Parts: sequence; structure tokens; C-alpha cells
Amino acid sequence: MEPFTILTAVATPFYRSNVDTDVIIPAEHLKTISRTGLGKYCFETVRYDENGNLRNSSPFDRPPYDKSKVLIAGPNFGCGSSREHAVWALMDLGYRCVIAPGFADIFFGNAIKNGLLLITLPESDIQELLKKATGRQFTVDLEAQTVVAPDGTVTDFEIDAYRKERLLGGLDEIALTLQDADAITAFEERDKMARPWLYA
Amino acid sequence: MTGKTLYDKIYDAHIVADRGGADALLYIDRQLVHEVTSPQAFEGLRLAGRRMRRTDATLAMLDHNVPTTPRTEPITDPMSKQQVEALMANAEEFGVQLYDMLDVRQGIVHVVGPEQGFTQPGLTMVCGDSHTSTHGAFGTLAFGIGTSEVEHVMATQTLVVKRARNMRVLVEGDLPPGITAKDMALAIIGRVGTAGGTGCVIEYAGEAVRSLSMEGRMTLCNMAIESGARAGLVAPDEKTFDYIKGRPFAPKGGQWDVAVDHWKTLYTDEDAEFDIDITMNAAEIEPQVTWGTSPEDVLPISAVVPDPASIEDKAKQAAAEKSLDYMGLRPGMKIADVSVDHVFIGSCTNARIEDLRAAAEVLRGRTIAPTIKLAMVVPGSGLVRDQAEAEGLDEIFINAGFEWREPGCSMCLGMNPDKVPAQGRCASTSNRNFVGRQGPGARTHLVSPAMAAAAAITGHFTDVRDLMAKEPA
Ligand code: SF4
Repeated sequence: MEPFTILTAVATPFYRSNVDTDVIIPAEHLKTISRTGLGKYCFETVRYDENGNLRNSSPFDRPPYDKSKVLIAGPNFGCGSSREHAVWALMDLGYRCVIAPGFADIFFGNAIKNGLLLITLPESDIQELLKKATGRQFTVDLEAQTVVAPDGTVTDFEIDAYRKERLLGGLDEIALTLQDADAITAFEERDKMARPWLYA
Repeated sequence: MTGKTLYDKIYDAHIVADRGGADALLYIDRQLVHEVTSPQAFEGLRLAGRRMRRTDATLAMLDHNVPTTPRTEPITDPMSKQQVEALMANAEEFGVQLYDMLDVRQGIVHVVGPEQGFTQPGLTMVCGDSHTSTHGAFGTLAFGIGTSEVEHVMATQTLVVKRARNMRVLVEGDLPPGITAKDMALAIIGRVGTAGGTGCVIEYAGEAVRSLSMEGRMTLCNMAIESGARAGLVAPDEKTFDYIKGRPFAPKGGQWDVAVDHWKTLYTDEDAEFDIDITMNAAEIEPQVTWGTSPEDVLPISAVVPDPASIEDKAKQAAAEKSLDYMGLRPGMKIADVSVDHVFIGSCTNARIEDLRAAAEVLRGRTIAPTIKLAMVVPGSGLVRDQAEAEGLDEIFINAGFEWREPGCSMCLGMNPDKVPAQGRCASTSNRNFVGRQGPGARTHLVSPAMAAAAAITGHFTDVRDLMAKEPA
């Protein structure tokens, strides 16, 4: 997992309530064998019409948003199913950070497992940020816990220490667990004596 | 100090490191892998340059996508084919044991694990599949996980797990004749609700549970997840040990006695306390049939379809109305008057030898109603299929008008070509009657294998006990 320190990028305004996992990635694309490559289906129904043409109403594929890494979204983002494909699709489309008034629980858990930073801010802050998301660059500083808008205004955000540490260090949960490799090995050594039939 | 529950004993014995709060890093003894939720996990390992920590603790098989038509025919759906081929290639690359489509041991993960003796008491066991709870029948702490967690277990043989709350469902007395573990499982969900077990691990106890066979206990624990629980558990006993003895992964020689001594310590202490404790009377359980689109929408065969207007909770009322609309049922209709056109005997809930015997006993000397468009039996594994054929059950099914298929998940979720058409109505021995589960627009009624057989014969839901009281016509 790539460490998340300071991210400077254009932010995409996408304010809608209850954007569910089916909107983020339609169910028909789940019979895949890959975690990557889902970006082209991300927000498929928002981006394309029935004939596969880009919709004018979609911000996603137009410059400067095609280079965007930050999404400013609405309440209860990521509700619906538990599949991780939603997070994979967003990241494959280029996003590293989503800022919203609130996120669905399971989506929240899946995001951290993949290094996607989710920032929860009050509705009023979101509205201010949306106004400033006109194509210039925002800076998200995880260490300082700030979002700096293009005009220089600073918004602080909260994040719990465990998640912050994991994101800053680029520590995916596996890397973090492997810091306990000695404890795992010690468990196995003891266990081999107690339950030898479980070891080939 | 108060005693410990079976769940707490297993959880505590597997703690590798504390993670603060209710979380701990647990050692995971065994993992089952299938083709749908594993490809991204293998890819993750590959991208990070990681190996699998313990291939000897991992067993892979193909089940969700495989066709149930003769195995010599190719897989026609290109996406299914790709998932199947990916698992075969990954198993080869990472050195995982795999039962491929031509292997007699192939079948549904939750049927094969126990059958091979891979499932044992006191283990922690995971699979990227919610019905992993099935293995709890052996006193195994077994639960479903997401794809990142699959990868986590592959790489570290551990998982960060939040301690669940303890719930007990005590079923007292004896099950009446003709009533099966499936009826018990459905009756419990009807009582507890699909969210009743949220955050809990359910231990099933009481005389009626103790008298179930291992197959019956698996059916019961399989559906623990439908009560919202993380896992289900039944304390192991002599029946459990007898079942495991001699199976390929079972402890051998002197180790067998050591294992059994350990397994005998796996029970809930007399003075342990449960956060939720529910008692039911087995004598009151009738054959069950679901009427809606959630497993908790369940009633005895003698009941009528409920009237949403009589439900007080507004959200539940609206849900019931939607369900009945989808199911094409009218309030007040007798459940026994609901006719079916499809019958599916299979899935990880009810595709073991005992299930097939129960259905065959009802079907012996009888034929299915002419209104049945498709009735199929899909054994849970190649070994179940062979055993059934050795007992002549396949002939009973075929003579009755059923199709006899190759093992897999099949019509349980319609990821392979076996689907119920839109508006088709199916008596199914599987575990989920969700909207579209057996195919877009399909209507599913969950029942036991004997009740599915009875519905096949009469063309509508029928109390199998009435049928069994008569001689075949
Ligand atoms: S039989 Fe059905 S419930 Fe069981 S593992 Fe297969 S798809 Fe899942």
C-alpha cells in the first residue's frame, strides 16, 4: 500500500445523497478476477448514457477533473453491499481521498484496508469546499489533518490514531500484522507441540 | 470467576496479540478457498511479492460457477470460465491443494470441508463465503470473510477479529417424526429474526440439537448467518468424533487420542453466562415454508400467507407488501395451496447424503406432478453423488422425474446456467430466498428436502407427514 502523506490534486465536486455501491460500480462487473481495471466501470451510469457516450452532466472525464484524486461527495456515501469492488473501482479511477458528510460503515472499513483516505466533515464545510472545487488544486495533509482549499483556507479534520498511522506508513493491514511475525511464529511453535496433526 | 462459553474458549485459545478494545489478532487454523472471492486476494499477494504462509492449512475448490451438466462439456459462460481457470492457475502458482472439476472430491466448500475431515473441533476456520458458519456443527469457530481478509489470512495465517457476544438457542425436547434440522433452522430464524443474532455467535444446545446427526447440525449452523450471527456452534461429542474418524485430514495413530482428549474440553461451562438466551420447544416445530423474500418470512405448512395490514411496524409492513408483490401471493392464501413449478434439492444447506436419502424416501415409487417444469437434485460433492448412486438413490430420483446432476452450488444462486426463470416458483432446499437469488424475478420458497420432494409430487406445498402416512398410489 502506498503511504498517504500530502496529496495535492484537483478535487471533483460530486454532491449526491446515498451514492450506493451499485452506483460506484454496477453489479454486472463483479464477475471479475482482478482488483485493478475496474476504473472504467466506476460511476458507469453517471458517466455514460445507454449508448455508451459520455454524458455532459458528468464531471469525471472532463479536464481538469480527469486528473482528480479527491472526491467531494454527499451524505451516506458508499451505502449498499459489502463488496470491496467499490473501493477498488474508485482507486482505479484515480481517487485517493473522499471528503463527505458521512460514509456507510462497511464501505468505511473496506476503504482503510485499501489505503483510501475518507474524511468526514460537517455539511457546512462540505458546502464551502464544493464552491471552491472549480478546477484548481486542493492539498490534503494527513499528518497535519488539514484540507487546504485553492484560496488558502484551511479546514481541520479528525481521524483516529490507528487509521492515521496505517495510512501514513502505507501500512496495509497485512504489513501491520507482519510486525507481529515473531508472535505468530511463536504461536505456531507452541501449537505444533499441542496439535501436531494440524501441521503437514 | 464465572465459566467460559465454548465460543470464548476457542477465541481465547487463538489470540496471538491484543489489538485494543474488543479486537485481537487471532490465529486462523484453516482456510477454504473458492473461485469467486479469491482471485483478487491472490493478485494482492502477487503484487506485494508475498507467499502464502501455510499451504497445508488451505484447501481450494471450484463450486459457485461450475456447470452441473456432464463434466466433459466445456464451461460456456466466459466470465465463469475465467474465474475457474484463475483459481486453477493460482492454486498451481501458490502451491495450494485444489479439487478440480474432474476430482471426485470436488463439491461445495461447506460440504467438502467436513467430508475430508478438514473441519475439526476447536479450530478457527474461515472462507470468503458467508455460509462458512456450517462448520460450526463440529464445534469449529468458522465464519465468512471479505476478499482483503482472505488475502490477510493467506499471507499471515491470522486475522484481526472483534470478540462477538454470546448467544444461546436452546431447543428442548424431541423433534416430532417427519420434522428435520431444516425445519428447526427455519423455525429458529422465524423466532429470532434475521438481525436477532447481529454481533453474536450462536451456540445451539438442548436435547433436540444433541439428537441431530452431524448432517443435521451442519444444516442448523449453515443458517446461523441467516439469523445475522457471525457464526453458529454445536459442542462436539461422540457423534462428532465418530464422523471425523478415518477421514483424510483426521488425526492419525496416537495423535487421534490426543486430539479427542482435547476436543472433549470443548463445551460451555455450567456457570458460563450468555448475553442472549433463547429457549424453544422442539415438539412445537412443524414443517416450515418461507413465504417472503427474507428467511425470517417463514411459517408452518398449516398456516396462511400473512396480511401485511396486520403488521404494526410500518417499515416491516411495507417490506411485507413488497415481498408478497414480488412473490405473487395474496394475504390469507393457505400455504398448502401455493403451487410450484420448480424444485431444487441441493446447496450447502441440504445436499448431503442424509438429505438425499430423506427426499428419496418420499419419492420412492412416486412421480412428480405434470405441472413441474424442472426438478433437479444437485449432490453437494462427488463423494455424495457416488454414495447416493451406490444406494440407488439416483434411480429413485430419475424415475420420479428429477434430473440427477453433477455437484456444485448450482441453482442456489444461479451463477452457473441453473436458474429459475422470472416468475418461476421454486421449492428450494437452499438458504436464501432473496429477490433474484435463483435468477432475475425468480420466486424462492425455502423448505427441507422431504418437503421439497412432497411439493414435487403434488405440485404444491404439502405436509410431507400426510404423504408419508399413505402408500404410493
Ligand atoms: S451452495 Fe449456495 S449458499 Fe452454499 S456456498 Fe454455494 S452459493 Fe453459497
